[in-house]
Amino acid sequence: MAEMLDNYAMVAGNDVINHLRQLAEPLKGMKVIHVNSTKEGGGVAEILHNLIPLKQELGLDAVWHVISGESEFYQCTKKMHNALQGNREVISEHLLNIYEQTNQTNFEALRNDLQTADIVFIHDPQPAPLLDFCTRRKGKWIWRCHIDASHPYRPVWKYLRRFIFGYDASIWSLPDFARPMPHPLYIIPPSIDPLSDKNCELSPEEIDMICTEFQLYRNHPILVQISRFDRFKDPVGVIESYRLAKVFNPRLQLVLAGGGATDDPEGAEVLAEVRSSANKDADIHILLLPPDAHRTVNALQRVSDITLQKSIREGFGLTVTEAMWKGKPVIGGNTGGIRRQVINHHTGFLVNTPEGAALRIRYLLTHKDKINEMGTKARAYVRENFLLTRHLREYLSLMLAVIRGTRERIELY
Amino acid sequence: MAEPFAVLDCALISVATGENAHTLRELRDRLMNTDDPGIMYYHFWDAMLRPRFVDPEFQNDFSAWAWHDLHDRRLAERLAIVNPADFHYMDDLRHKVIDVIEDRMEEPDFNPLIHVEYPFFLMRSQIVVFDTGIRIEHPEEMPQRIEKMSAGSIFYHFIDSRRRTESGENDFSEWLRGINSQYTDLTDKIAAIDPYFNSLTELRNQLATILKAQFAKGGA
Repeated sequence: MAEMLDNYAMVAGNDVINHLRQLAEPLKGMKVIHVNSTKEGGGVAEILHNLIPLKQELGLDAVWHVISGESEFYQCTKKMHNALQGNREVISEHLLNIYEQTNQTNFEALRNDLQTADIVFIHDPQPAPLLDFCTRRKGKWIWRCHIDASHPYRPVWKYLRRFIFGYDASIWSLPDFARPMPHPLYIIPPSIDPLSDKNCELSPEEIDMICTEFQLYRNHPILVQISRFDRFKDPVGVIESYRLAKVFNPRLQLVLAGGGATDDPEGAEVLAEVRSSANKDADIHILLLPPDAHRTVNALQRVSDITLQKSIREGFGLTVTEAMWKGKPVIGGNTGGIRRQVINHHTGFLVNTPEGAALRIRYLLTHKDKINEMGTKARAYVRENFLLTRHLREYLSLMLAVIRGTRERIELY
Repeated sequence: MAEPFAVLDCALISVATGENAHTLRELRDRLMNTDDPGIMYYHFWDAMLRPRFVDPEFQNDFSAWAWHDLHDRRLAERLAIVNPADFHYMDDLRHKVIDVIEDRMEEPDFNPLIHVEYPFFLMRSQIVVFDTGIRIEHPEEMPQRIEKMSAGSIFYHFIDSRRRTESGENDFSEWLRGINSQYTDLTDKIAAIDPYFNSLTELRNQLATILKAQFAKGGA
């Protein structure tokens, strides 16, 4: 029965799995519900796909619900997302009404589960108001913010935070993002699943096949940025960096690959901008991938010489973690969670401009030994800090702390 | 014979206070207004269990921030030399840090207008303690057991013990003292290890070396 955990023990070590079992023991049988707004696309859905089965294997009654709404609901929540990341977004009264009504409708559909759950995790702003409707709740409610909310647009944050105040705790990816609240603010960075299709080892044949499919030449340098087509990921800036570096490396190739998330209505517009900026350069490969193209993403990351994640705002940047796990140095935007992963000159380089990224690309392509050295450090860093098992340990710890009302020590012996 | 030594392991989970400081004055004010000992503990001791590649000379978060973000080298050096092991109570340590900061603010070359891009975030932590299932029955087993201990176990028994035990010492010395007074010399040697300027791996190696030497020469 404990097959999955055994597999993780092979990657993370037996001690780590033993810790998870000790933490889960007092939580066995508890009903734990996660709620978010998309089943596919983006880091949140991916983490939940990985976390829920593990919680179940540890004996928790873990369930995942996805709320749904009409297009105006997603327009509103996309604006909220952008506003939390600092954009000045004016959200009309009409859209806010849709937002609240959609939450009420979803609450009615989930009422029984939410009222009887021992612990409810609400992910991001989309389902945040559910707590307000759940006046007869039994359990503890925790709000999980996956967004870089370090400099939110105030009017939108002021509107949203009244829904957050009532939670028993909140979780933020970095201290920089945590907003003052009347409850404990846990800092839990996200994670990757080393055994998932996105991160598992691939055969050379499979990698070759994907290179052939996308006409990538293995003997010419390859830059890869994997991300949704979103302005905060600065795909146009990446093209600019590539062009500056290509002057010195004429055979340089660039792959910009990503899928859309069902809760992101702006993706198509940004993709068009990126295509226009690429201007039919045959060495720029813009790939719109389906949400289940995990093995393709895995292969693209593995064939890259250097991975880029030149975001100008980033909640955490799981694609950075993924590339590091594959032993790649990352040139990342000096922002948000990228700063916690890319340790300048150790696991990659932090940059602030397309010029900065171009400079580091040139440096690494002329110092191939550095690519290997940084890649090795990057993989070790992920193993210690950003695997799913660490993430799960912190979630279980938090659950125990919240249920027991612990401030300082959780003793399991 | 005393109770066997229970080898425990631990992990920390970080909790933000929601407070931050963009200037040295703000940091001083925040420190003056907090009475949570967990904050000082986090910024001085917990760093040992956090991953890092650089700055072993800046063992506490205050000095690292002064160096990297304030770019105030004098202050960074003065904060770096503050040894938390000298303070039995975290409140005394807090006052020491406030003193160092205020001394710096009084100096003529101090620029009060420096406003950093990356603020200092005041944090605390919760500790989760696990049972490894390993028990040490006799002191002679210690060298071998300690060599195989995780960083979390070393942190728990050597660092966390300081706020758990009456003596403010490490668990190994406490246990040995409870067994037999003949281990006084050994417990003194263990207590003399400076935990603050070592990584947990270095601490483990030093402990193992002392214990091996002790028992190689034939016991107590």
